[in-house]
Amino acid sequence: MGDSLLYFIEVTIGGLLAGVMYSLVALGFVLIFKASGIFNFAQGVMALFAALTLVGLMEKLGVPAWVAIVMTIGVMILLAWLIERLVLQHLVNQDPIILFMATIGLAYVLEGVGDLMWGSDVKALNVGLPDGAVDWMFDLGIYVTKLELVAAATAAALVAVLAVFFQRTRIGRALRAVADDHQAALSVGISLRTIWVIVWSVSGIVALVAGIMWGSSSGVQFSLSLIALKALPVLILGGFTSIPGAIIGGLIIGVGEKWAEIYLGDYIGHAIENWFAYVLALAFLLIRPQGLFGEKIIERV
Amino acid sequence: MLYREAGQFKTGYNTDQSIFPIRQDRWAIALFLAVAVVAVPLVIDDYWAKAVLLPLLVYAMATLGLNILVGYCGQISLGTGGFMAVGAFASYKLTTAFPDLNLIIVLLLSGCVTAAVGVLFGLPSLRIKGFYLAVATLAAQFFLVWLFNKVEWFYNYNATGQITMPPREVFGFLITGPEATPAATYLFALGFLIVFGLVAKNIVRGRVGRMWMAIRDMDIAAELIGVRPLMAKLSAFAVSSFYVGVAGGLYFTVWFGAVEVTEAFDINQSFQVLFMVIIGGLGSILGSFLGAAFLVLMPILLKNFMVNWLGVAAVTAKHVEITLLGVLIIFFLIVEPHGFARLWQILKEKLRLWPFPY
Repeated sequence: MGDSLLYFIEVTIGGLLAGVMYSLVALGFVLIFKASGIFNFAQGVMALFAALTLVGLMEKLGVPAWVAIVMTIGVMILLAWLIERLVLQHLVNQDPIILFMATIGLAYVLEGVGDLMWGSDVKALNVGLPDGAVDWMFDLGIYVTKLELVAAATAAALVAVLAVFFQRTRIGRALRAVADDHQAALSVGISLRTIWVIVWSVSGIVALVAGIMWGSSSGVQFSLSLIALKALPVLILGGFTSIPGAIIGGLIIGVGEKWAEIYLGDYIGHAIENWFAYVLALAFLLIRPQGLFGEKIIERV
Repeated sequence: MLYREAGQFKTGYNTDQSIFPIRQDRWAIALFLAVAVVAVPLVIDDYWAKAVLLPLLVYAMATLGLNILVGYCGQISLGTGGFMAVGAFASYKLTTAFPDLNLIIVLLLSGCVTAAVGVLFGLPSLRIKGFYLAVATLAAQFFLVWLFNKVEWFYNYNATGQITMPPREVFGFLITGPEATPAATYLFALGFLIVFGLVAKNIVRGRVGRMWMAIRDMDIAAELIGVRPLMAKLSAFAVSSFYVGVAGGLYFTVWFGAVEVTEAFDINQSFQVLFMVIIGGLGSILGSFLGAAFLVLMPILLKNFMVNWLGVAAVTAKHVEITLLGVLIIFFLIVEPHGFARLWQILKEKLRLWPFPY
């Protein structure tokens, strides 16, 4: 095998694994959008908040990682309940853009509260995830970190669990009913408010997983919340309403970004990863306006 | 009692279609303008100009522009920061390339440049809608900021990547640069805002504005009754970007004087202007002004209150400020999702009947 081919494989694998990380964040968006039609901009900040809480609990209380994780899950569920109680409940039936703005307000609140509670300095997050390169691949000449593999495995497991949850359980069925039609779901006796609390809790937990993965690799700090901006192109590429879309969109964006940086970077300048994903997603959108897997938008006059 | 239009008869179409049909409104506006144009420049000092009034004027301009796009034409855009950057860099390039060109013309031209860029990035709106479009406009935001950072031609190949406004005079008064008096800069920006506020008011109540509103309310139905979506959407993008571009130009030329693109025009700028639009009221010219005023003044008040009165440390105050801002935004959305413009309308209705509500 030539060096350039090896390099190509390394870049591609790196891209795929980075894409998995994007998918993790995008998943949280999709869950909430599916169940409530809310474009939750606070998802990235939720990941930051979850990671901050986790680190804070581990540092301040000195509890082992798994206890802290369980406690953080509790905090995220409480947060979901509070959000439903204090914000969403009052905004039922408003325009989507109003709800969108409310989630941006929420992002501000979470960011401020997180910083006030735990301080705004960069923190290392160590929950015992493996570190360093994967040995047998390194021998072949490909550099892949163990953390990235763990992230990929976690994402796969998470998606599997979510799929089972959505398809097989009673709550999952109720969630899908709400996603299809709020009013019809209400009329057959599904409590919208319970469903919303559940779905925000689930996406809070997804945010926690994303926060752990990203936090382990680059530390817990404000920039963690900016991964939401990375997840947005994934979201429009895959379609707002599709869980598989979030995964596949993430992979496409991850690989595309890496390829562009390596092979186009020399021609048009580096540091293009900020916008390249958006342009890539935009190109896809021009062909399929509802994203790769989104539901076809049918409009009636 | 005071605010009653009974007895004000309209005897021709001219009076019936005037912008402010009620006499009291006209007086109030005239009084307000007189204070803004005559009284304020007499008492203005550097702090008030740089920290309060210029931000107010610049953001009012940007909000006006974004409101045309989001509130009147229903196309959500998150690229405002990027378009403001276009306006700022266009005015920088124009004024350094043609030092003798009048600053007013420079700003108008940079508005036109931004309009062209806006149309370009508005093209996807013909194909995609709603939040897909909102995310797509983020492409404009990130791409433009990257471009101005990357291509050295835009900042005239200087080492820092920062653009600095050289001193310029308009009608013999120094407007830009550190030597300019606060009153002159304020009046210059105010002039732009007054003229373009009136223009916007007239556009949105005319044929073009109705075209936009038809598209906003339901684009397919609008198409069926003969509104061309291509023209309507792209013209909204053009006009809106023009305003935002002029706002960006003012931001750079008279307010800051020196700008570093990644700091000044990042995505938070886009969100902030969108907040102003929504808090002020979607689809309302007056709302644009009120929204901008609220979000410019609120953080200043909060900060002064906490740092000077409560003695909170500046860093903590920053965190509390951002939290409170978020809470306030959510609170306002819950209490009045239609924004200040709606509150004003309610107040007017009440005022008409006051003091005998029945």
